Amino acid sequence: MKDEVDSREDRVANLKGMGCSRKRVEDARFTQGKGNYVDDVKLDGMLFGDFVRSPYAHARIKSIDTEAALKVKGVLAVLTAKDLEPLGLHWMPTLAGDKQMVLADGKVLFQGQEVAFVVAEDRYAAADGIEAVEVEYEELEVIVDPFKAMESDVVLREDLVAEDGSLPDGAHGPRKHHNHIFTWEAGDKEPTEEVIANAEVVAEESMYYHRTHPCPLETCGCVASMDKVNGKLTLWGTFQAPHAIRTVVSLISGIEEHNIRVISPDIGGGFGNKVGAYPGYVCSVVASIVTGKPVKWIEDRMDNLMTTAFARDYWMKGRISATKEGKITGLHCHVTADHGGFDACADPTKFPAGFMNICTGSYDIPTAFLEVDGVYTNKAPGGVSYRCSFRVTEAVYFIERMIEVLAIELNMDAAELRRINFIKKEQFPYTAALGWEYDSGDYHTAWDKALKTVDYEGLRAEQAQRVEDFKAGKTRSLMGIGLSFFTEIVGAGPVKNCDILGLGMFDSCEIRIHPTGSAIARLGTISQGQGHATTFAQILASEIGLPADSITIEEGDTDTAPYGLGTYGSRSTPVAGAATAMAGRKIRAKAQMIAAYLLEVHDDDVEFDVDRFVVKGAPERFKTMKEIAFAAYNQAIPGIEPGLEAVSYYDPPNMTYPFGAYICVMDIDVDTGVTDIRRFYALDDCGTRINPMIIEGQVHGGLTEALAVALGQEIAYDDMGNVKTGTLMDFFLPTAWEVPNYETDYTVTPSPHHPIGAKGVGESPHVGGVPCFSNAVQDAFRAFGNRHTNMPHDHWRIWKTANELGLHD
Amino acid sequence: MSKKQHYTITVNGKEEEFLAEPRELLIYTLRERLNITGPHIGCETSHCGACTVTIDGKSVKACTMFVAQADGKGITTIEGIGGPDDLHPLQNAFKEHHGLQCGYCTPGMITRATKLLEENPNPTEEEIRFGMAGNICRCTGYQNIVKSIQAAAAEMSAAKEAAE
Repeated sequence: MKDEVDSREDRVANLKGMGCSRKRVEDARFTQGKGNYVDDVKLDGMLFGDFVRSPYAHARIKSIDTEAALKVKGVLAVLTAKDLEPLGLHWMPTLAGDKQMVLADGKVLFQGQEVAFVVAEDRYAAADGIEAVEVEYEELEVIVDPFKAMESDVVLREDLVAEDGSLPDGAHGPRKHHNHIFTWEAGDKEPTEEVIANAEVVAEESMYYHRTHPCPLETCGCVASMDKVNGKLTLWGTFQAPHAIRTVVSLISGIEEHNIRVISPDIGGGFGNKVGAYPGYVCSVVASIVTGKPVKWIEDRMDNLMTTAFARDYWMKGRISATKEGKITGLHCHVTADHGGFDACADPTKFPAGFMNICTGSYDIPTAFLEVDGVYTNKAPGGVSYRCSFRVTEAVYFIERMIEVLAIELNMDAAELRRINFIKKEQFPYTAALGWEYDSGDYHTAWDKALKTVDYEGLRAEQAQRVEDFKAGKTRSLMGIGLSFFTEIVGAGPVKNCDILGLGMFDSCEIRIHPTGSAIARLGTISQGQGHATTFAQILASEIGLPADSITIEEGDTDTAPYGLGTYGSRSTPVAGAATAMAGRKIRAKAQMIAAYLLEVHDDDVEFDVDRFVVKGAPERFKTMKEIAFAAYNQAIPGIEPGLEAVSYYDPPNMTYPFGAYICVMDIDVDTGVTDIRRFYALDDCGTRINPMIIEGQVHGGLTEALAVALGQEIAYDDMGNVKTGTLMDFFLPTAWEVPNYETDYTVTPSPHHPIGAKGVGESPHVGGVPCFSNAVQDAFRAFGNRHTNMPHDHWRIWKTANELGLHD
Repeated sequence: MSKKQHYTITVNGKEEEFLAEPRELLIYTLRERLNITGPHIGCETSHCGACTVTIDGKSVKACTMFVAQADGKGITTIEGIGGPDDLHPLQNAFKEHHGLQCGYCTPGMITRATKLLEENPNPTEEEIRFGMAGNICRCTGYQNIVKSIQAAAAEMSAAKEAAE
């Protein structure tokens, strides 16, 4: 028998389990054009729906005339808020406890808002129909500045003001003004003020983290198909959380949940864009019910950028205090958060500003206070976590800029300032001033490794020489060294404090072992490029001793997969990955009993070894998992049910806290503002590494999205509320030409509470990358008096910075 | 809307005849009329390259070409580049070097890369980056795409040398 001659090493390699760079099983179909994305779904008689959208950012709707549109060839129906109202579907609840118009109900609050839904035989007929819908608007005063919104008499949301003019509480408590949404606080206000007031050194800075957009290459869309014969609704869509979507659809439509099947097919990137519930989904479902036919809705790129899921838009004001030697004593942060016309932020219910209270970063800061004010403006709703856990990118950018500003104030090296303030290895688990319990970390080791690898001192010497040369007129190029040390908080999350619409943020895995020793596992998550079909099979291979190549991973079909909260915020590995390991261990526990029976020994006398159970002390007596699987189906074993299946619903005891050290070396042409990234070093510690190849790929991708955000990508509005960056002509997505090669590195500090010690990695590079690129730009100008400039650092803004510093004189 | 016209195009070696409005974009002809769903739609403004096909020997973005402009022409999509039994070296290299994640840009990316390597069988990294700049990927950061194309170029050159 082959198994008997294979070495243990060969048997481990044969599994392709955790730690190996297994090639992806997804790739065969994607490289051959055989992916199945939502726009590839084609059903008999399928119709196409599309929106009439508002050209105005704030206007009253005086009338909507659909008569001409209904006469257009191929147009079957035009839905307006009036049609949805009898069903109670003209508004829908948001994830943030607010409500949002599905179709404009009397007014519009942002440019591109959905006004009417045209249902037609195909896309072209729908477009013709949209042209023929006549909407009469009365323009209202537009507010795109949250600070002005808080002072303006203009009421954006009349629906949130009582008849007597008073302001009822919002979902997160009292509101200060009719355009105010919530105030959210963390930490200790008075002690923080006191520490800062009495500090030896205080640095203050205001910074704007601009509005941007996740912009996956595939836009959002769905196909709704109501089968009136059996009463079942099937909804295919670009859903990062298919089970949550099923529950939401059930709650708002009244269709019982067992009669709804939600399917997330292949998803062309998500990055947070596909977490929320959008009017297109609701209108497609209604249109399918009305017409009795399947209805498809697919955003075009402009729709996508203008209306679904913006990210960031945080105005942050910070004060950080320290001793003369640089030991940080206190941190104060106030955020004015621009949420647009509806509060549709995708955060766990109890966290209206996400996990912004991770803003003490990687540092041992004894006293801190955070206050966030959410504000309505005439911009699109959203507020998703663009490749980050909830608002963590904002938090990390804030603290990593404050550290740099403090370093300037102290006239100190920013790397050293970080080092003397890091939470020490022996302090973990560490409870931060703003409440989180960091599970594990070894920041000093990572930082030292990073600085040594790039020869940090050598770089600083080169930079000083460059400044001299510049001042001497020998060069027009400056050199920036961007530093960033980040701590992420991912894996939401423990049901005790994390839920979305009341649904606990656990996740799940269900495994069936087939008689011949292969398996299928289904999870509550859904891959959007992360390679779950590859990596989750690796976790299982190591846990149950069957080769990853013999394990099918399936996600995204709510009729077959166990309930879970989906994939975003780097939660798949921390939560569903843990469920996978735990379900695998249940399989193994039963396999142990079967093995013991087959080997005629007591359960405790066998032990697991790679792909088999062996009799302790007699390794020549064993049963492979393959043999055990067969026995589970063909032997009557006393006291043991036939079959070999398990399910685990995993409620994580804590978040996981991946961290990393990034360094960017950048040359900047002072006269053109053009940046050249000469070197980028990224050290990530995501705990146990499941597939190094995929981790590296995630880091490359996250850094590139960080580069985009830091160096040019934004959703910009003019004063009239017009979106100035609605196409890929204006919205910066880097090409191969603009992107450097990255050097990746790692340390491994396993999570102590996760079954396999993994922490998640997909979002770390974005979270750590943005401040790193930004700090590089700002550092280049430090010698000339620069303290802080806002992102995005496109060529024009960099040129402007140089100009304002007198470098063109 | 306008009157339907008669068009003939050859896609992956197969001649297709049909009636369509001249305003129909080629990407919809391929995806919806002919069920060739490998090429994708990412922007409809020629920026992202997800819809890249080869027309008469040139890389073309099918989202901004009318079907009328493609009349009489020969078109190759990812489906015509290689299948399960005859994978193109690029298809294999993208898998081997992790040159894709969500897969949405991949058909256009590989289709473009086949042309790049025809035009320049031994490109430098810079030439690859420049030659692929019309195709956007949001997942990979391009580093492994470049690696994949380099590996395929090396393999194809070696095979060509062996054949000569």
